[in-house]
Parts: sequence; structure tokens; C-alpha cells
Amino acid sequence: MGRKLLLENAHIEGIRYYDTYRRNGGYAAAEKALKSMGPEAVLEEVKKSGLRGRGGAGFPTGMKWSFIAKPEGVPRYLVCNADESEPGTFKDRYLMEFIPHLLIEGLLISSFTLGANACYIYIRGEYAWIPDILEQAIAEAKNNGWLGKNIQGTGFDLEIYVQRGAGAYICGEETALIESLEGKRGNPRIKPPFPAVKGLWQCPTVVNNVETLAAVVPIIKYGGDEYIKLGTGKSTGTKLISACGNINKPGVYEIEMNISVEEFIFSDEYCGGIRNGKRLKACIPGGSSVPVLPANLLLKTAKGETRMMTYESLADGGFATGSMLGSGGFIVMDEDQCIVKNTLTFARFYHHESCGQCSPCREGTGWMEKVLKNIETGKGKMSDIDLLWDIQRKIEGNTICPLGDAAAWPVAAAIRHFRDEFEWHVKNPEEAQRRNFGLAHYADPLPVAATV
Amino acid sequence: MAEEKKLFKVKIDNISVEVEPGTTILNAARGIGGDVVPPAMCYYSKLQGSGGKCRTCLVKVTKGSEADPRPMPKLVASCRTTVMDGMEVANITSPEVLEARKGIVEFLLINHPLDCPVCDQAGECDLQDLSYEHGAEGTRYEFKRRTFDKIDLGDHIQLHMTRCILCYRCVFTADQLTASREHGVLDRGDHSQISTYIQNNLDNDFIGNVIDVCPVGALTDKTARFKNRVWFLKPVDAHRNCDNPKCCGKVALWMRGDEVFRVTARKDQYGEVENWICDTCRFEKKDVKDWTIEGPRKIDRHSVISQGHYVNTVKPKDPLVEVLDGRQPKLLFDIHTQSEVNRPTIDLSKIDGPAHSDDFNKSQS
Repeated sequence: MGRKLLLENAHIEGIRYYDTYRRNGGYAAAEKALKSMGPEAVLEEVKKSGLRGRGGAGFPTGMKWSFIAKPEGVPRYLVCNADESEPGTFKDRYLMEFIPHLLIEGLLISSFTLGANACYIYIRGEYAWIPDILEQAIAEAKNNGWLGKNIQGTGFDLEIYVQRGAGAYICGEETALIESLEGKRGNPRIKPPFPAVKGLWQCPTVVNNVETLAAVVPIIKYGGDEYIKLGTGKSTGTKLISACGNINKPGVYEIEMNISVEEFIFSDEYCGGIRNGKRLKACIPGGSSVPVLPANLLLKTAKGETRMMTYESLADGGFATGSMLGSGGFIVMDEDQCIVKNTLTFARFYHHESCGQCSPCREGTGWMEKVLKNIETGKGKMSDIDLLWDIQRKIEGNTICPLGDAAAWPVAAAIRHFRDEFEWHVKNPEEAQRRNFGLAHYADPLPVAATV
Repeated sequence: MAEEKKLFKVKIDNISVEVEPGTTILNAARGIGGDVVPPAMCYYSKLQGSGGKCRTCLVKVTKGSEADPRPMPKLVASCRTTVMDGMEVANITSPEVLEARKGIVEFLLINHPLDCPVCDQAGECDLQDLSYEHGAEGTRYEFKRRTFDKIDLGDHIQLHMTRCILCYRCVFTADQLTASREHGVLDRGDHSQISTYIQNNLDNDFIGNVIDVCPVGALTDKTARFKNRVWFLKPVDAHRNCDNPKCCGKVALWMRGDEVFRVTARKDQYGEVENWICDTCRFEKKDVKDWTIEGPRKIDRHSVISQGHYVNTVKPKDPLVEVLDGRQPKLLFDIHTQSEVNRPTIDLSKIDGPAHSDDFNKSQS
């Protein structure tokens, strides 16, 4: 059984409330950071822990924090990105709903490290009930002297504000989030300047995911050296995975990053295998925007090694034969699922969520959706598959923000790995309306490359 | 002694140029001029914050700088990327850039109505030039294009949103030139639109400039709509003493004969306005007596506008009289006395709205 750091106490009744949280060792890390460590020591500890951003990109958090500009007389801000809108990802919701004080403690330590006196939690509008939970927790923390002026007599001031988004996926992109927080239209900014130099109200800002900020608490509590012992290689510590799809036990799991994908899907401790005794066909390991992998490439890398639940192992082979850990939205598909339909669903999502600022994403996402819809409804042509490939290639990398890439990757991966299924849809338009392509050869062992 | 300013050495398509630090790649390329200048549909040097959206100006940075020679991993928007010392940029020498640009042009055109034959902007349209130079001849898009209703933004400006490419230039113009901005972008994705929320009038001293900055025919001058094609008009530099202190009064008049069909600001070779003009000059001074004419305006000879442009006003020598030994040629008839349609007594510019055959109908007038 893997060690849990974030969800250690999640089972305790009433952990949502301050008293219970405090009784179970809560705010001990904040006390340690504020009273005996000081900002530099905390930053060193986070750097040492090798913590990587849990929002999807996996950028080292300690490095991100050290980039923040520190001009005299200019306030700095910490923004917590709780705009979790990636289809398949629901880990932050779990954290905020059940252990809000863990996030608040994390925000307190991080703000202290960065020297920020105001901190914003930007939460997606659809999580309508969570701001109340957070605000209650903030009030409790304030009453107990963990927020407000002169926290615990250390002279450090911090206010945390909860801001609701209006339900736009694009506001999960850090600069769009900042624009939206300022009360403007949520369009991503053109970088540079990066938020670490000019962010919220043109002041240095750090934007971090909920899970990243919460993970700071165990790092301080147990120390960076202890944290780095968990996980493998550069994927240190634990990661929340929100598993869903055709599995027996969907839900949020905290894993140590040293288990294999196979273990995660099939062991009873985690997903508990595929539902109804079906066979595994494909999996999207990190939320809708990462490339989909067929069963054979998911369990073993192209080199024949076992694929692990780590940043590196999932990305092994690049996009040709690999994927990404992303935000940890683990979507499992069994043999009854249609990849074309699934790709269409994602394309429709990205078309709907494109902000419309830059032309490749604005026009390309809609075009891809229409072409995919034709293929799905039996009106497709063979040339449409190549057209899709060409469109996604012209979107990827040419846009302002990563939404264009996120729209292009699922389509690219679906065509790359499941071209047979697309062709079958085009060649058998009527049959494709009645039945699915099935598992076909997608779980067959990979051909072993001849060694010279 | 003033310290000598350090200049950055940049190489664009193997042409070296020295520019001041802080210059963008696009402006460095404009310093060189010619074919290496990337096209720009949304960038406008006079508007702060513009650019980066249309992605037509993407270039490849093959060498980051002298200090850090790594190439940039992605194509970058040259209008928003500042140069570094020793930077090497590939624009038209990079097949990757040309391919990407072709893709962008295709994206821009898939929802564009391509109604150039009835569009007032035709002939001076940035998108038309761009697709002519960088686009493919056919389209692979087989679906219905998005459409919008035409909206009147006040008395003088009409918005034809279907043609819009969402460059945001008009938004920046209203922000930076006028007292208050009343229009903006609503909705998102490919259904986002320029709008005034609840059918507001755009009523502002300088709001007419949005017509000039619009790269396509989405914002048009209602006082000149459908009056004439731009290539039949003769652009003339003119000025007047404008009462508005912020207005320079220097304009280009678009004339045919003595009629002023349209007043616009003067534009430079990149289609950018040189000096902003006020709405009074633009919409209300349509009489040649209001203006002091400076002379014909120089138009790039590649432009279709130069086709109808009079280089000089000296009438060419008519050889017919010499051939006929000094006798005047005898005309069989004057076309205007015969034609049912063309009535030179009617000033086209004075007709309210587009000319219609009723306007020439003798029995009605």
C-alpha cells in the first residue's frame, strides 16, 4: 500500500472543520514554516523536494517560485488555480471539498515564501457549492489567527479571497485566469512578459494548481528529503489521480509515483479492473488533452519496458508512442468504446471552449469538429482523415496558448494509433452506425523491433 | 558626451540589420523592407497592445541570440517578439514558416464569406492581398460558413460581422483614441463577435478611425458604401483647418472628377494610418470646397488602386487632328445624349445610398 500524504487524514470525520484538522496535526507545517524556517528555507525545501506542478505541465514548482520578480514597493500575488475544467479531471474538487484547510495551509506557507500578502483562489463556476466550503474554512482560519494581520505573532499578513469563474475552460490557462480575475474577458495574454514578472494587475504573480499548493504542506511537515524518497526519478512524491471510465472503482486515488499503469488499472487497491469483465482498449492517462494510447502501448512502452505512472514513463517515446501524465485525469475505455466518437466529443469540447482570440484555434477547432462529425455519422471520405491530420498539424504550436495544442493532440493521437478504426468508419458507414469497431488488434503485443 | 547607444545585430533571411533594443522582429524586418517583411493582419504599430492574434506573421527563430544560440522551439509571432543581439530569423527562407502561414490564411478564409465582388473593401483589403500572396487557390472547407446579421453602429458605421477576422484592432482604437469604448468582443470561439451589447450607437469624435484600421470590410463607412469601387477613384492628399484640437486635418480624399466620394486618413505602405482624423472631417466634409488639395497621392504601383490613378493632369496630345490635316473629327453622336442609363448631370456621390437604376430614370426625376 502506497503512502498517502495529501489524503492521509481524508477519512477522519469532520476533517473539513478547523478543530478536527488542527487536532490531527493541521497547521503544524505552517507553524514550522512561519516560526522556525523563514521564506528562503521553505523555498530550499520545496526545491529539494522536486515537486512538479500538478496542473498538467509538470514544471518544477521550486524553480517557478524562484523566478518571481521582486521589485521594491510592488506587491506580489499568489493565485491558486482551482479552475479545474479538463474533462476527466476532478482531483482538486475532492481536495477542496473534503480537506479545505490543507489548501489554506498550503496557501499560507506558499504566500509566506513568496512574500505575497494577498492570495486569490480562482474556482470554476460549476463548483457552485465549494466556495462556501472554502469561505467557511477561511473564516475559521482567520478566527484562529492563521489569516489576517500579524499571523500567529510573526508579523506576516495574508488575506485569501475566493473568486468564482463563469465556467470557461480557457480561464484555467494562467494568463487568461489573471485577465478574468482582473474582471476582463478571459483571453490568454501573449507571453512574454510572464506572470512571474507582470501578472495580476501588472505585479509579479505565481499561479499554481490546488494540488501543487496542498503538496507544499507535507513537504514542509516531513521535509524535502523525505518527500523525494517517494516516487521515482524526477517524479517525486505522490499524485492524485482521478480515475473514471469503464472501471470497477472510479474515484480519486493518491498514488506514489512508483506503480505501473497495469497495477493501477487492475489491482483492487485502485481501479479494480475493467467493468463487466470487458477488455481494455484504450486509455487517456492525463485528462482529455493528452494523447490517447491503445492498450498495448499503454501497458508497455515501445521499447518493451513496463509503463509506470510517472511523468517520464508515460511520456516515453514522445508523442509517437507515448502520452503525458498531465493533470491526472485517467480515462479508461473498454472494447465497446468508439474512438471516433470519443475524439468527436473532445473536438466539440475544444471548439466550444476556444476563446476565439487567435485564428488557428478559433477556426481550426470548429473545422475539426465538423469533419469528425461527418466521419462519425457515416458521411466521411478517406481524404477527411488526412485533412484532419493536416488541420491539427497547422494548429499545434501556432497558437497563443496551449489550448490549441490541447485540441490538436487528441485528434493527432487518435489518428496515429487508431487509423484503422477511422478507415473502417469511412468504408462501412452504415455498419458503423450499428456497431462499434471493437477491440481489434489494439491489445495485441507490440512487434519486437529487430536488434541489429 | 552621450553614451553611444548599443544596437542589436539581427539577421533576417540572411540580411543583417542593426536595430535598437526592444524592437520587434516585425519592425526590424520593416526596416529592411521588401519581401522579408512578414504580413500582419492584427498588428498595428500605432495601437498599443495590438498583435499576436492573427498568427500570419509567424517566423522561425533559428538562433536565439549571441549569448544563447539555441533556436526557439516553436514559431513565434514576429510582431510581439523582441529581438536579441545576434538573433537569426528565417521568414521566407523557411519552408516551415511558409507552410504554417498558408495554413493560417486557410483558417482565416474558412469562415470569411469571400464576397469581394460586393465588398467595399475590395482593392484595399489586407485579407485579399494576403490570400493572393500566401493562400491556396482552392478551399478544403465544405461546410456552412458562420454568418451574422449586419448591424448599424450609429449613423456612419456599418458592421458586417460575417467578414470580420477578429483582429481586435477596432477595440484597441476605441480604447486608445476615444473617450469611451462602447463596443467589444462578445461570446467566444468562432462565434465570437464584435458588438455593442445592446445595439448602442458608436458616437464619438474619433470612432470613424475604426473603419480605417479594419483590415477587412467588416467596418464600412456608410456615407461611402457602394458609391464607387476604390480603383475608380483618385486618391488626393488634402487638408483643412479642423476645429477639433486633436485632429490634424490631413486626409486623403477619394475623388472622381470634382466629387469627393470618401474621406479617409492617409495610410502608409503597410496600410497603417499616418495621422488619425476626426469624424467631422471623415463623414461631413464631402465637398471639395472644404479642402485644400495638395496633390495626387502616391499609391504603390502593384495596387489595383493605381490602375485608375492619374499620374499627371496634362491631357495627352490628340493625334487625330494632325492626321486629319487640322480638321476636327466629327462625332456621329454623343454617348450621353443617347444613353438611357448614364446621366452625367447626376452626382453619384450625392445619391443617398448605392446607385440604383431608378436614380437614372428620366421619367421619375
